[in-house]
This record gives sequence, structure tokens and C-alpha cells, in this order.
Amino acid sequence: MSGYAGALLTLLAINVVFAYGTFLPMSAGQLNLGAAGFIAVGAYISAFLSNSGVPLYISIPCAAVFAGCLALIVSIPVLRTRGIYLALATFALGQVVQATFLNIPMFGGAAGYPVVEHINSFAIVCTAALVVAVSALIFATRFGISVVAIHDDERVADLMGLNTRAFQAAAFSLGAAVAGIGGALYAHHYSFIEAQQFGFGLSITAVLYVIFGGTQTIVGPLVGAAAFTLLPEIARASQEWRYVLFASVIICMMAVRPQGLVTRASLRRLFEGRARG
Amino acid sequence: MDKATILSLEQVTLKFSGLTVLKDLSFDIRQGSRTALIGPNGAGKTSVFNVVTGAYSPSSGAVRFRGHDITCMASRKRIRAGVARNFQNIRLMPHLTAIENVMIGQHSRGRGLLNALQPVALFPGNRWRREARDALASASLQKYERQLVGALPYGVQKRIELVRALQADPSLLLLDEPAAGLNLAEKHELAELLTRLLGEDDRTLLIVEHDMDFIGSLCEHVIVLNFGRKIAEGSCTSVRCDPVVQEAYLGASVHLERRGACCAS
Repeated sequence: MSGYAGALLTLLAINVVFAYGTFLPMSAGQLNLGAAGFIAVGAYISAFLSNSGVPLYISIPCAAVFAGCLALIVSIPVLRTRGIYLALATFALGQVVQATFLNIPMFGGAAGYPVVEHINSFAIVCTAALVVAVSALIFATRFGISVVAIHDDERVADLMGLNTRAFQAAAFSLGAAVAGIGGALYAHHYSFIEAQQFGFGLSITAVLYVIFGGTQTIVGPLVGAAAFTLLPEIARASQEWRYVLFASVIICMMAVRPQGLVTRASLRRLFEGRARG
Repeated sequence: MDKATILSLEQVTLKFSGLTVLKDLSFDIRQGSRTALIGPNGAGKTSVFNVVTGAYSPSSGAVRFRGHDITCMASRKRIRAGVARNFQNIRLMPHLTAIENVMIGQHSRGRGLLNALQPVALFPGNRWRREARDALASASLQKYERQLVGALPYGVQKRIELVRALQADPSLLLLDEPAAGLNLAEKHELAELLTRLLGEDDRTLLIVEHDMDFIGSLCEHVIVLNFGRKIAEGSCTSVRCDPVVQEAYLGASVHLERRGACCAS
């Protein structure tokens, strides 16, 4: 595999992890605009641990647990809000995390934080595949059905006996843990992190992966992240116009197919068609 | 309160700002009975369901279930206690298949982390999936099992909602206009299905419905509401002949003309 293809595959794998970190809360009806905050937590905590001599196979899971626990704590006040207010609360949360890391001298502040340990592309792709597999397993359980039910009609889900707040907090925290893994992979592959990388733009991009791919199926974020990573590369020949082209594709897509590229109905048609064929 | 009383509303008043929806409403529902709640549009029938299931909190008064005051109980805990319902306007989860919607109804019977992590979509023989499949089959809905509910016919969606409510294994089932929008054949099917499903257990039924023939085929007791107050209560025949009920439905001048004919029949 060429260096370019390997780098692209690594970027795709990291973006896939970011996408699933955003998808998990979105599947429970929460628009999380603060995913970059949890990505930053994962990146900085794992970098700090591995710089302190902790092996990678411990520092990365620790970063995921830390990001998940932080999300669980903040979910208590944040998930009391609904709709646009929830989006604004998560946005503010992301900004607070970014500003916090920017002002901690131990993490290099605005100068950034070098990471000694390196993780190769193969390990990143394997981790991304594991994240996709675990997410698919989660959505094959009653938990998966319950969060989709809460997404569809929170009031009825509550009347059916579901503890909607607990399910939403669990989805939010699981998403944060996955985002933390993504941050840890990013930090250890590129060997340098700075707080400015974990801004609002990253959160929005992760949300776009999910919306573009579709929020109804576990395959959606994978397709969305792949499209968002590969399309700008395909259009690379058009130099600086490629982002104009790409943005136009997004606008057209949202107008023509707001439910995203992959829906449950389209998957069903695909598999039934194959079964008949 | 009588030992055989399963649900009791005591002086329940429900207000939204200046609008009084229910006013000092009191009635008892006996264990194992089939009662219809009728009244003109806006009488407060669905509001009674919303108060009983906890969707609304009454401004005053008390709701007792099996003798326990559940007025302040969280809505999600009431289905666990044994109160399940359907909705006047179908409220199934559009992004779930028929069997997944039915499995949502099972949640009150199996909670906790271990139950939440049951891999229902991976193993067809999973206990919860098998139960949901059997429940769909009992309502002749097995062919819709894997279809998303949004695209299914209205009557089928109504029946799926009924099966979902029954999956909670409720002792009190609240059905809000289950026959609305159904044609005559579908109404007969629904009445048969309800008789069959309810006949298997000693469930109590409280039903909001406008079709008096449907009510007559299913219920032995009727409570009539108008403007949030109870105006009559009794057997199907007695409330039909009640002049106050006739006036509420048809107006004062009409009931006088019909009074003789109804009671003569």
C-alpha cells in the first residue's frame, strides 16, 4: 500500500471512530455539538499517560473510560435540556473543555503537547473495526431498540416504562468513550496535539458524518465518514475549488435525501433484492 | 374502597391555565371488568387516560391503583405497576419494525443491565424475541414482523399498538378509541381479538370509544363524561336512555323527541 493510501486509510479509520462517537448519542435523539471536547479529553489523557510510561493498551482504554465518566457526570445537567438548548449546552461543553486544555501548562497550553509513543495505521484500522463491531453489537440488543424508541418518541418510550434519562445518559457516555478512543488514536498517530485542533469545526464535521450517512442504521456513520474523507480527495484535482464542490454536494444531499444515504428501508430493499436474485 | 376495585379516581381536577379539563371527577373500576368511557368530543376522556398513566398530573384529587395512591408516581413506573395503554393517534416508533415495537412493550417486565443487553436481533430464539413473535402471531400479524411500521396499513398499526400494550402484561388496559378509523369488518376483527386476548387473563379493560355497538359487544359498564364531569354511569342500555346523556350528545330539543322511542326499545 502506498504512503498516500495508508495515510488516507488511517484518516478514514480515525474519522469513523469520531463518527460513531457522535452517532451513539444522536441515535437516542441528542444532537451532540461537543464531541470535540471528548475527543480532546481522550487525546490529552492518553497522551499524558503514555508520556508517563503507561503502555498504549492501558492508556487508550483509560482515556475512553475517563471521557465516558466525564460525560456521565455532565450528562446530569446537560441532558435536562432539549432540542436546540441541548445542542447549545453540548457546544458550550466542547468549548469549555478546549479552553481548559488551552490553559493547562502541563499540557503545553497553546504551544501544544508532543506525544512520544506512536501507533501505526494497522492498529488504528483494527481499533476502528472493533469500534464498529461493538457498536453493531450494542444496536443488536434491547438497548439499541430502546434508544431508537426514545429517539422516535421520548414521551411514549417513558410511558412504556423506559427510563429515558438513563438510556440517554448511557448513549451520551458511550459516545463520549468512543470519541475518547478516537482522540487517543489521533494523538498517538500524529504525535502532536494542540487544543486548537479540537474546536467546534471538528464537532460539526463529526455530526455531518452521521447526518450524511444516515442516523437510522449502524452502517450510516461508516458510509458518512467514508464519503466525507474520500470525496475531497477524489476532487483534489480541482485544487481550491474542491471544497466548494464538496459543500455543494452536501447541500444537494440534504435537499434531496435529508434522511441520509443509508436508511433501514434502503438496507431492507438491498438485502431482499439480493435474496430474490 | 372496595377490595375488588382496581382503579379509583377521587375528586380529580385537571386544569391547564384557565381551562378546566376535568372537574371533581370520581369513579371506581372493578377488577376484571370491562368499562367504556364515553362522551362528546372534548369531554376529557383522553385526559382521564393521561392522568391515570401519569402523562398529566392532576391539579387536585387522587388516583388510586390497587388501593395505592399513584397520583405522584412517575409515568414510567405506572406501566410496571400494571397500567398499560394505547393512543388515540397511533404512536408507534417509525424507525422500528413491528416486532421491535412490540418488544418495547416488554420493557416493564425485564429491566436492568442484563436484560438491556439481551441480543434480541442476533438470535431468533431469544426469549424476548420469541415472546414478541408469538404475540404478533396471536393477533395474526406475523407477516409484518420485519416491516417498518410507518408503511403498514392503519388497521394493522392499531393492532400492533394493542399487542405492544399487552406485552407489558398489564392488569389494567386502557384503550383510546381502538376502533376509530376502522371499517366494519376490521371492527368485528378487533372486537373478536380483544375478547380472545382479554379472555385469556383476568385483565381489566377501560376503553374510550364512540361506536356504541362496538362498546355493547365488549363492555358491561359505561361511564359518561361531559365537559370534564361525570354525567352518568351504568349499563350500556341505561346510559343510552339517560336523558342527560342524550342531551349532552344530541342537544336538549332532540332528546325529548327520542326519549320515548329509546326506552320503548
